[in-house]
Amino acid sequence: MISVNVLIIIPFLAAALIPFLNKRISRLHIGWFVLFVPLILFIFLARYIPSIANGSTYLYTVNWIPSYGINFTSYLDGLSLIFGLIITGVGALVILYSIYYLSENESLKHFYAYLMLFMGAMLGVIFSDNIMVLYVFWELTSISSFLLIAFWFQRKRSREGAQKALLITVSGGISMLVGFIMIGSITETFSFREIITIIPDFYEHHLFIPAMLLILLGAFTKSAQFPFHIWLPSAMEAPTPVSAYLHSATMVNAGLYLVARFTPVFGGEVAWFWLVTGIGLVTMFWGSFTAVRQTDLKALLAYSTISQLGMIMSMFGMSSAALNNGYSADSVVYTQAAFAALFHLINHATFKSALFMVVGIIDHGVGTRDIRRLGGLATYMPVTFTIAMIGSFSMAGLPPFNGFLSKEMFFTSVLNIRDLNIFSLETWGTMLPVIAWVASVFTFIYCMIVVFQTFFGKYKEERLEHPAHEAPPGMLIAPVILGVLVIAIFFFPNVLGDYLIVPAMASIFPTFATETDLGVTISAWHGFQPELWMTIGVVVIGTLLYISLKYWKKIYGILPESWSFDSLYNAILETVETSSNKITNFYMTGYLRDYLVYVYLFFIIVVGGTLIYTGALDFSIANNAPIDAIDWVIAITMIIGAVAIIFAKSRLTAILLNGVIGYGVALFFVLLRAPDLALTQTVVETVTTVLFLVAYYFLPEWKKEDSPRRTKSINLLISILVGTIFVIVALAVQNGKLFESISSYFENSYELAGAKNIVNAILSDFRGFDTMLEVVVLLIAGIGIFTLIKFKAGKGEEELENK
Amino acid sequence: MINIMLTAALVLFAIAILISLCRIIIGPSLPDRIIALDMIGVHLVSTIAIISVIFQTTAFLEVILILAILSFISTIAFSKYIERGVIIERKHDR
Repeated sequence: MISVNVLIIIPFLAAALIPFLNKRISRLHIGWFVLFVPLILFIFLARYIPSIANGSTYLYTVNWIPSYGINFTSYLDGLSLIFGLIITGVGALVILYSIYYLSENESLKHFYAYLMLFMGAMLGVIFSDNIMVLYVFWELTSISSFLLIAFWFQRKRSREGAQKALLITVSGGISMLVGFIMIGSITETFSFREIITIIPDFYEHHLFIPAMLLILLGAFTKSAQFPFHIWLPSAMEAPTPVSAYLHSATMVNAGLYLVARFTPVFGGEVAWFWLVTGIGLVTMFWGSFTAVRQTDLKALLAYSTISQLGMIMSMFGMSSAALNNGYSADSVVYTQAAFAALFHLINHATFKSALFMVVGIIDHGVGTRDIRRLGGLATYMPVTFTIAMIGSFSMAGLPPFNGFLSKEMFFTSVLNIRDLNIFSLETWGTMLPVIAWVASVFTFIYCMIVVFQTFFGKYKEERLEHPAHEAPPGMLIAPVILGVLVIAIFFFPNVLGDYLIVPAMASIFPTFATETDLGVTISAWHGFQPELWMTIGVVVIGTLLYISLKYWKKIYGILPESWSFDSLYNAILETVETSSNKITNFYMTGYLRDYLVYVYLFFIIVVGGTLIYTGALDFSIANNAPIDAIDWVIAITMIIGAVAIIFAKSRLTAILLNGVIGYGVALFFVLLRAPDLALTQTVVETVTTVLFLVAYYFLPEWKKEDSPRRTKSINLLISILVGTIFVIVALAVQNGKLFESISSYFENSYELAGAKNIVNAILSDFRGFDTMLEVVVLLIAGIGIFTLIKFKAGKGEEELENK
Repeated sequence: MINIMLTAALVLFAIAILISLCRIIIGPSLPDRIIALDMIGVHLVSTIAIISVIFQTTAFLEVILILAILSFISTIAFSKYIERGVIIERKHDR
């Protein structure tokens, strides 16, 4: 369908139009117009639900760079539809919320332009079938997220957070690009669908595992997985609607989307299973563990997002076990993990956005979001409190909220995976439920902190900036809708499962979908199964731990502040900066002599190395012309002169000796029967000597540098080596004549050019072009000298000549 | 016979150039060196003339002429440099 391609483009067009619209309409909040964009897109996408549920997919291609196989191809299937609905749906709610959250004094046109840019990029990521195009949109999300985090660019912390997010996500994105290129070179296609069908032939390819690791790195950085999670808490400096949208429901899901998309490609590999599951579980534990210690509500929610993303990631990892041995009746059990992952993905998008909006309302209403200053808000903000409670209890996994269902399914899949006998799970498998359960306990604790420490306890008005009051109704619309959704999904989970998740499962397990029905009937009550006991255990232990929080909170003080991943990141940045500075200062000395040493060393190593490596060193001088006595004497004269220059005490002596060498060269030209060259050489040599004399006057005293003996011997060694290499090259070149020289052509210059002098005929006729350009060179040199002398810098510069 | 004589003359001239070179290197004063360079120029003129005879060509006669002129000019330039410290004087110095 071309309409899907148009759908991706619409937000970009909106982003381009917003500034003009903003200029025209100053009376109405610009957000009202922007609101229509995601609303229309949402309705448009929702219309596809029935046909997608029936198993149809939509593909449309617009040619972009066909010669490289890069085309703007959109592909709408179950998996991308889920993400598309989340992006547009939550997007519409967030814009509605932001209309009331941001005042007219803010730079609204920038905000909405960036937000539309992000929405378009995100839709592009999930609807792209071509992985190169996906990468383009992927980086666009990083850039627009960077812009949105630093929306209040006057604040230092905003800029730092934006920089950190950009550095981490873009370096992950680039590694992902390398992985994509590897995949492209393995399968010779950039299309997802084609890759999935032909990848089984390439499991043994030597680039298969590196490509997998690089793509995973991209997904982990984007989805804030351990240890790349550090950018997400810093990104909380963004306005709250941005946090609710980007950093809970959409951008951080891009990595999850990528993992889900690539499960048919890489799933079934041991490395994939352990990396995705292991990193996911570690992230889940670390995120929930760290969230408990936070005092800022937004930071707490950021760590809880990290934790929940880790949970979803680990479920995708566990589901990949099903692909290990192809389709069988037993392996279908493991696909349920992916079902649970997608279900929790939707649930997380609903309750986490609602929670962020709640925190925004609190921040907006009382001027702080520090837990230590909040308390007793329940009576003042009843609606906000209700939504916060729904969101938090859902996040903790309590009935009657949707988080309960997905948490139960999570435990089911963790328990299922224990029974698997591949991937050396028999030794480590028991660890997985334990980690998952401990992480869930901590999740429960921080959810209780959100509800009880914010809304219960003593009301401390003296510590608040404004007295507490309920938010305006407009601000409450979006969180109320989300809160209703949270409960609705609990009561009617199978609507969601049948219409959205089952077709998405077909995208993740294309080979399975043809064999059996992958759908799972979600039920709130399934008897006294182990997972129910696990949930009860979470509630009981979690409650006990929450009550005794102030006694064991000291364990967070065991590790000093400087041991966090944040300070590791800062230390790395600082080390890179200082050490690169040091390295540059080490070799960039500012002395021309040092640079010449590098140049000559490079020459010696490369040219000399090549000579030795290729064995071009052997040469014979048997075929060379005989050397007369006069040649010997002249050569010796020149050698003496050249050596004497090095030891000359005054500059004039050096100039004179240089002249001697020049005249010696002229004499050699005579001996080798080149009258024109000899003539020119004599004249040029004389002129050069005179120029040396002219310049002599302005030069400083001829001083011997007091360089240390070591430098001197190194210089000597280098000069001897360079000379030797040149002599060897010259001799070796003489040795191997590959073909006849073309000089015989010029011999009949009289017939061809009417000239008896071959040299002049070549210069002015056969190869006249060179001569013309050399004349130009002389002209340029002349002009250069003229300007240097004539146009001196500055007015008051003193005359140096004739003084 | 004539060839041997010419070659001998060449070698002798070359040795003369070598000896002049020693004077340039040793010095001790600047005029010594300049006279030595002048000598080299004259020796070169003679050498090239003999070479032309050996090669039986007239192609090098221009070289002889130019060399003679230039050797003269460069000696003058050096002398002027020793005398005045500059080679090309400005108008207002005259």
